[in-house]
Amino acid sequence: MFDFMIHGFDVALTPLNLGLALCGAILGTFFGALPGIGPINGIAILMPLAYTLGLPAESALILLAGIYTGAEYGGRMSSILLNVPGDAGAVMTTLDGHPLAKKGLAGPALGLSAVASFVGATIAIIGLTLFAPLLARVAVMFGPAEFFALMIFAFASMSVMMGSDPLKTGIAAVLGVMIAMIGVDSSTGVLRYTFDMPELYDGIDFVVLIIGLFAVSEILLMLEQAARDGVTDMPAVGRVFVKFKEVIACRGAILRSGFMGFVIGTLPGTGASVASAVAYTTEKRINDREGTFGEGDMRGLAAPEAANNASAVGSFVPLLTLGIPGSGTTAVLLGALMLYNITPGPMMFSERPEVAGGLIASLYIGNVVLLLLNLPLAGLFAKVLTIPRWVLVPFVALLAFVGVYQLHSDPIAIYTMLAVGVFGYVLRKFGFSLAPVILGYVLGGLAEVNLRRALAISGGSPDVLWASGISIGLYIAAVALLVAPWLIGRLRPRKYAD
Amino acid sequence: MQEPARRGAARWWRVASIALVAIALIGCQKQVAGDHPECIAPAKPGGGYDLTCRLLANGLQKTGLMTTPMIVSYMPGGIGAVAYNHVNATRDHDGDLVVAASTGAAVNLALGKFGSYDADAVRWLGAFAADYGVLVVAADSPYKTLSDLVAALKKDPGSVVAGAGGSIGSQDWMKIALVAKRAAGVAPKDLRFVSYEGGGEAMGSLLGHHIDVFTGDASEMAGHIGSGKIRVLAILADQRLGGVYSDIPTAKEQGYDIEWPTWRGFYMGPNVTDANYETWVARLKKLAATDQFKTMRTKQGLFPEARFGADFDDYVVNQAHEFEALARQVGLK
Repeated sequence: MFDFMIHGFDVALTPLNLGLALCGAILGTFFGALPGIGPINGIAILMPLAYTLGLPAESALILLAGIYTGAEYGGRMSSILLNVPGDAGAVMTTLDGHPLAKKGLAGPALGLSAVASFVGATIAIIGLTLFAPLLARVAVMFGPAEFFALMIFAFASMSVMMGSDPLKTGIAAVLGVMIAMIGVDSSTGVLRYTFDMPELYDGIDFVVLIIGLFAVSEILLMLEQAARDGVTDMPAVGRVFVKFKEVIACRGAILRSGFMGFVIGTLPGTGASVASAVAYTTEKRINDREGTFGEGDMRGLAAPEAANNASAVGSFVPLLTLGIPGSGTTAVLLGALMLYNITPGPMMFSERPEVAGGLIASLYIGNVVLLLLNLPLAGLFAKVLTIPRWVLVPFVALLAFVGVYQLHSDPIAIYTMLAVGVFGYVLRKFGFSLAPVILGYVLGGLAEVNLRRALAISGGSPDVLWASGISIGLYIAAVALLVAPWLIGRLRPRKYAD
Repeated sequence: MQEPARRGAARWWRVASIALVAIALIGCQKQVAGDHPECIAPAKPGGGYDLTCRLLANGLQKTGLMTTPMIVSYMPGGIGAVAYNHVNATRDHDGDLVVAASTGAAVNLALGKFGSYDADAVRWLGAFAADYGVLVVAADSPYKTLSDLVAALKKDPGSVVAGAGGSIGSQDWMKIALVAKRAAGVAPKDLRFVSYEGGGEAMGSLLGHHIDVFTGDASEMAGHIGSGKIRVLAILADQRLGGVYSDIPTAKEQGYDIEWPTWRGFYMGPNVTDANYETWVARLKKLAATDQFKTMRTKQGLFPEARFGADFDDYVVNQAHEFEALARQVGLK
């Protein structure tokens, strides 16, 4: 049964393919690390190159898959070092990653997140090898109604992030949902909040939103600070490497998040951002007894990193088994396969075993390469913080500007990004945190689209929403998430008198 | 202790950033000067428009019809609306710029979704490939033929849930709307239609039995035909397609006059000189006739199409008018 894997390693271990896996991993790490350039752009840029070089299909795919998984590794760097997510899956990484860097623990944070990414991806690759056909069947059982229930569950799990100021978190999430409503309504084609500007027809792009909210507002905060009391630099980088003990302390978070990230990744339409959000909030609920999450808790860093890598691998499940892309990036990969006259789907494992097996084998190899690459690099990258922030942040912003412009070929995208940045700055000045805005945007958009689809299927009857066992289970889990802390608080005898 | 090192690093970074800005500016300059031909894919990377541009760029390079490599850039927004406005407003006379388009652009022009500009606002260059609409059901669906589907729609238009990558009013919706209107004689607005984020998601929903009919394109079906999980009820072409598609009957064969070809081609800015326009028309014509290009086109799952120059321009403008009438007919306008 696993003949294709043996064959796959044969393919993946040829010098050319090993080299390409390495090359993809390195390039991917950089694409991920640069804000504004994510795996999608990276693959889109290199796809024609791979084709023009005349690489065989499996080699091209190995290179592109290396970029994809590498980007999920790289995305964490600017999250941790600069509080600017490198890509969509790395938004939650800022929450505990950057505070760690502020404590002078950038090196260990980078090292730990590399290990977490490795373990998360490994769990997912093993899952992909063993259970892909089975999971593909489960994934198609998720229809619009089930996705809507999943989004409700995700919103409920967000409630843990409310923390000290539930009202502000709620408002921030609602703002995110409102931003998600801008643009062409996907069901009927009606224009919403576009003010007759074609540039707004597709809504506010995710990359533009992230870069604006995080990077531009960061620069504005820095400017303000510099004008007031001069530029303050980050604390000196202390210890460079992560201790084994620290990794072990996060084992639960990493394993759980890796598993969850993989399962969420296999569902078409939910990506690394949803996976890392659910993983982070779950860990916060399980582990955050001392209220250290959000202030630089290692587990809060490990969870989203394990989850986003696992989800990237998970999104290969529907691509390889059903020919359905599980994420935006795998949609581009599907296009790459088409260039080679390979249509992924149920027949790929039997008809082109060297492609399917080679790809999966290269994921194993690429993952090890990425760990070996990222552990020593952690120290090097942590040194980035020794560069004065007045150089570093504008430099990153410059790259972001170029990235956003390249994505849209239109200065409007840059103006939008600046406007969003000012908006983010105002929010931060008023003490709102930005992650709930992003989550509201992602989850709200998905919830709306799937609710509309479910109602379109049923002809308007809401019964469809609780017609399946999956949906009901998710609603029960959502209610349990909301009620449990309160219930446990009531039932458990108080140990400490307040 | 760290001071001198830091100052050194700061100087190095300052030089590096200035150098990078300079490079970036030079890069922009180059793009403005336009010494490279450019193809705008009015979408995000990876979609059909991207593919259309790449087919042109790779084709021209491989056949040696053009020595300078063509740049493919992306301008997503409103399924082409942003690019259409951009070309009309700012790059109206750029003789080195072509923009990918498809039947979808004509539909949106007909529906007034491209802002204040009409179908005759640009110079339509030509189409070099086509795709055809398909009606697909799951293998265990009760609908064995197109007639079964038509009968079900006739009985109760709300009993069939169709879905695809487009919204209501899009090309994908038009396919099932035509079946409803012309074959079953029911009002398209009574249909149930679910729009997804692309054909792949809709296909997944079909396999999961969340929708009954998927109204996609033939090229999307190549990997699924023969999987035993789906059945293509009809292909909306004037005659059967070759290769893996040869067993699929057309709607016409089954007695319904419904066709939905989707051309893939290009337009240029409204104020491009005739000389530039004619150069591109000739280039495109030559390319479409080469065997190399034909192989590339087949590899992408696309089918032959050849309409160029003034011919094509008339064709698109007429098509937009037809769609406008159709939109009125099916109750969209």
